[in-house]
Amino acid sequence: MSATSAEALVDYDDAVARYQPVLGLEVHVELNTASKMFCGCSTTFGAEPNTQVCPTCLGLPGSLPVVNHDAVESAIRMGLALNCDIAPWGRFARKNYFYPDMPKDYQISQYDEPLCVDGWLDVTVPGIDGAESTVVRVGIERVHMEEDTGKLTHAGGATGRIHGADYSLVDYNRAGVPLIEIVTKPVTGTGALAPEVAKAYVTELRELMRALGVSDVRMEQGSLRCDANVSIAPADAVEWGTRTETKNVNSLRSVERAVRYEIRRQAGVLDAGGTITQETRHFHEDDGTTTPGRSKETAEDYRYFPDPDLVPVAPALDYVERLRTTMPESPAVRRERLRAEWGLSEFDMASVINAGALDLVVATIAEGADHAGARKWWLGELAREANERGVGLADLPVTPADVAAVESMVGAGRLNDKLARQVFAGLLAGEGSPEEIIAARGLEVVSDEGVLVAAVDDVIAANPDVAQKIRDGKVAAAGALIGQVMKATKGKADAGRVRELILERLEA
Amino acid sequence: MSPTADLTRLSALDLAAAMAAGEVSSVEITQAHLDRIEAVEPKVHAFLHVDPEGALASAASVDARRAAGEDLPALAGVPVAVKDVLATRGTPTTCGSAILRGWRPPYDATVVRKIREAGLVILGKTNMDEFAMGSSTEHSAYGPTRNPWDLERIPGGSSGGSAAAVASYSAPLSIGTDTGGSIRQPAALTGTVGVKPTYGGVSRYGLVALASSLDQAGPFARTVLDAAMLHEAIAGHDPLDSTSIDAAVPPVVEAALSGDVDGMRIGLVRQLRGEGFQPGVQARFDEAVDLLASKGAIVTEVDLPHAEYALAAYYLILPSECSSNLAKFDGMRFGLRVGDDGQRSASEVMSLTRDEGFGPEVKRRIMLGTYALSKGYYDAYYGQAQKVRTLIARDFAEAFARVDVVLTPTAPTTAFRLGEKLDDPVAMYLNDIATIPANLAGIPGMSVPVGLAAEDGLPVGLQIMAPAMADDRLYQVGAALEAGLVELYGHTTIEEAPQL
Amino acid sequence: MPHEPLTPADVAHLAHLARINLPADSLGHYADQLDAILDAVSRVAEVAAEEVPPMSHPQDIANVTRADVVVEGLTRDDALAAAPAVEDDRFRVPRILEDAE
Repeated sequence: MSATSAEALVDYDDAVARYQPVLGLEVHVELNTASKMFCGCSTTFGAEPNTQVCPTCLGLPGSLPVVNHDAVESAIRMGLALNCDIAPWGRFARKNYFYPDMPKDYQISQYDEPLCVDGWLDVTVPGIDGAESTVVRVGIERVHMEEDTGKLTHAGGATGRIHGADYSLVDYNRAGVPLIEIVTKPVTGTGALAPEVAKAYVTELRELMRALGVSDVRMEQGSLRCDANVSIAPADAVEWGTRTETKNVNSLRSVERAVRYEIRRQAGVLDAGGTITQETRHFHEDDGTTTPGRSKETAEDYRYFPDPDLVPVAPALDYVERLRTTMPESPAVRRERLRAEWGLSEFDMASVINAGALDLVVATIAEGADHAGARKWWLGELAREANERGVGLADLPVTPADVAAVESMVGAGRLNDKLARQVFAGLLAGEGSPEEIIAARGLEVVSDEGVLVAAVDDVIAANPDVAQKIRDGKVAAAGALIGQVMKATKGKADAGRVRELILERLEA
Repeated sequence: MSPTADLTRLSALDLAAAMAAGEVSSVEITQAHLDRIEAVEPKVHAFLHVDPEGALASAASVDARRAAGEDLPALAGVPVAVKDVLATRGTPTTCGSAILRGWRPPYDATVVRKIREAGLVILGKTNMDEFAMGSSTEHSAYGPTRNPWDLERIPGGSSGGSAAAVASYSAPLSIGTDTGGSIRQPAALTGTVGVKPTYGGVSRYGLVALASSLDQAGPFARTVLDAAMLHEAIAGHDPLDSTSIDAAVPPVVEAALSGDVDGMRIGLVRQLRGEGFQPGVQARFDEAVDLLASKGAIVTEVDLPHAEYALAAYYLILPSECSSNLAKFDGMRFGLRVGDDGQRSASEVMSLTRDEGFGPEVKRRIMLGTYALSKGYYDAYYGQAQKVRTLIARDFAEAFARVDVVLTPTAPTTAFRLGEKLDDPVAMYLNDIATIPANLAGIPGMSVPVGLAAEDGLPVGLQIMAPAMADDRLYQVGAALEAGLVELYGHTTIEEAPQL
Repeated sequence: MPHEPLTPADVAHLAHLARINLPADSLGHYADQLDAILDAVSRVAEVAAEEVPPMSHPQDIANVTRADVVVEGLTRDDALAAAPAVEDDRFRVPRILEDAE
């Protein structure tokens, strides 16, 4: 399904020059507890269908929910990290609606009485092309807990999508996995930055959840889902425009694209004298458009009421304070501290973050490497390889200890960069430890000074013209001779030492 | 009378003693009850499912363990019937509804697990008003149960099958559930002892919910002591039920053995006697109170000023909770599915399934609850009902500051005729006027038989209520009454029941 | 609280929310019965004052939780045994026309 051609999109810059956007983001994240929200079933991803179910998460008659202690604790810690007030007392409610992926035909949710309210998160929108970055404070309306639904597979029809399918199949392994929903207050005043703010916010949330260890945030597994509310109003308007809610925007890039698209689309509607319909829309990854969802026949009426199968959650003050004192350093603070320690520019630091290399670099430094050496390998050779394999850096078969070991050998002159790359190739191919690879592949630098001197002298003798240039002070010409020495030693010489020897011999 | 027929006349306690003495085996006892069921079921229809193979296998297993010298629980080998609202692994569990026809749960309710662990022998599953909604057992999709005292009359409900099974000597013990009187009212109407424990005293795990904040499973028996022993077997904290109370089970057996009411303060509820109660019911109640006074109980009057609002609050809270609890019966994962022709949508199939699978009373209450929870009505209905609940709980708290137990007649009338109130829901609801307050407040209640009403010769029940987790007081008073009536008449009420 | 009498259209709306396919000719009958019950239960408004807290539960307890420990659930065969239709080890359900939440 694609946008109808009737909807003319306005050029983005034009749209944000004349209209001010207001954002609202609802992010659902699966927590990484071992068991589900209300029963003991495993939450492990990727199991065979309907093998991680029990009477409770299948909604069988007679079954009852019992709250997972760690899920509540994770939600409170997330609330604290988002500078929220923690409610002293709250109940789980039932949100009643019929849907085949929801076993009980109601969802247990803290919608009415959220655990965490009224917080904020500062997000940094990186400047483009060396421009200053911008810090935007995003208000947090609330953080509440709920349970995930089962997974539908649509069969028959042409598209595999829900509409046009002949029937659907349900796997309830995900049903009952704990979710937290984080809802922002309306985000205003971002102007043209709205899409970047949305992306930066979700990115920052992801970092925060990983730092807290409450979620693995594997977006490719659907463990983070974002609903983006967008409205626009003329730049001089006092009131906000009518908003649309774009559902299930499931990657960082999509968040940005969806917001951008909605701003352009809504501007087009308003420019044409139309009005925005308050509706739910779907985002399409393939072409970056949104289309209206199928609206319900009747007005939604979820008939919320406190779930009588559960008792209230009332976190004691001292318990919350204890959690507060054990909160890890926030990702923002940590990033700034490391940036200062390493003396990096914001841009260089951003490259580390964007490569997902921060924790690996820190770990590599802990293994004895310096930050420049650690960054060089993780952001260079290894990032390229991860990219080619389509995996995260951490998923490569290379550990921070390996990187530190190789880097220290380079520093000591045992390896040169070329040989080091071969060691990494060996590591990536699973050939063993760096030492084993060096031994097996015969990668040791030629350190016998006599052999090196002989090779240098041979090369000088064979290239009198070049030698003369160097004697005349054109030191840069040494590169050609270094290359030949390296070739003669089959790349196993320490290029730095070779250069020294050449200059020494030519008294340059 | 044949030797096996004799066995069905014995109490659970006597059966257990006979087995312990080696006089009779559990298989013999079980077979005697299965024979009795076969003989009287065509008249009574107390069971939806009888499980002879399962029962005899359990009995044989108990006999083998006993023969091996194993130390067995008190009630091991004694048969019991279980209301069809409790999940029993591998055997049908229908809740009296067509929507669950043929459903065999893959798990046991905690109560059922405890019954098995106690060595009790499950004879089968008993009839009930569909999803426990009703006071007559006429709202069963599988036909009504009849009152063993008069087959033209209802046995009460919703646990009518469990009450009738015990009253017809088809089982010495049975399990019912009580949301607004569904154990106590049928106990009263069949001359049996029926107990609704403190809310949270018995696990609800595996009890198919009608109204989660009101439901509670409890025992039926023909004697107070038998009821206490079954109560003790099924009660106790269950980590699978968040609302289960984490405390020791009240000493109910000890209390039933004592039966001492000397000095006990007994309150008669001014608002729940006299007007609206059948004269013969009131007369037996008054006689029973005199009996307690003669044994040293101190009788006073107490007020439950908000009791008159209990029925209204109940018929908002119950439908609200049940409208949500019964949503899962949608034909997607288990049970009936209607109209799935490959063209209709899931939503349409759900609607067709629920129209065909639910009876009229269930649909009525689901609709009522859907309305009461709707936007714009929640505060006026559900919210207000919850406040009335607070007021009723406060009334009880004040009463229990002055007295140890509170007494009322259990039901306003004796058993009525089949069909008599079927078309008048509001009249049917009035049956539970005296029993509902205990469910709203979460306190325990017992109905104990106190003789027959003069005008119709049908049994009358007296209700005893106590503070939460003081269930033992019910048994203390119940045992005193039971003993006193035997002194008075020479036999218990149930012994006057027709032989069928 | 006096309530507006329910119309057959109101009943049809409730029936849709509750997913019960009531025959059109029964809507009036249900409206009458629900009205009668609502008349009776509306009495709750007479006594429930502003300062009375609502009681959603008979017990005054909180924080009942379980440890985050995996407990073995049902086998797949048990999970699917009662399903009206199964395909590829999943519950087969009719096509879905409305969007998810």
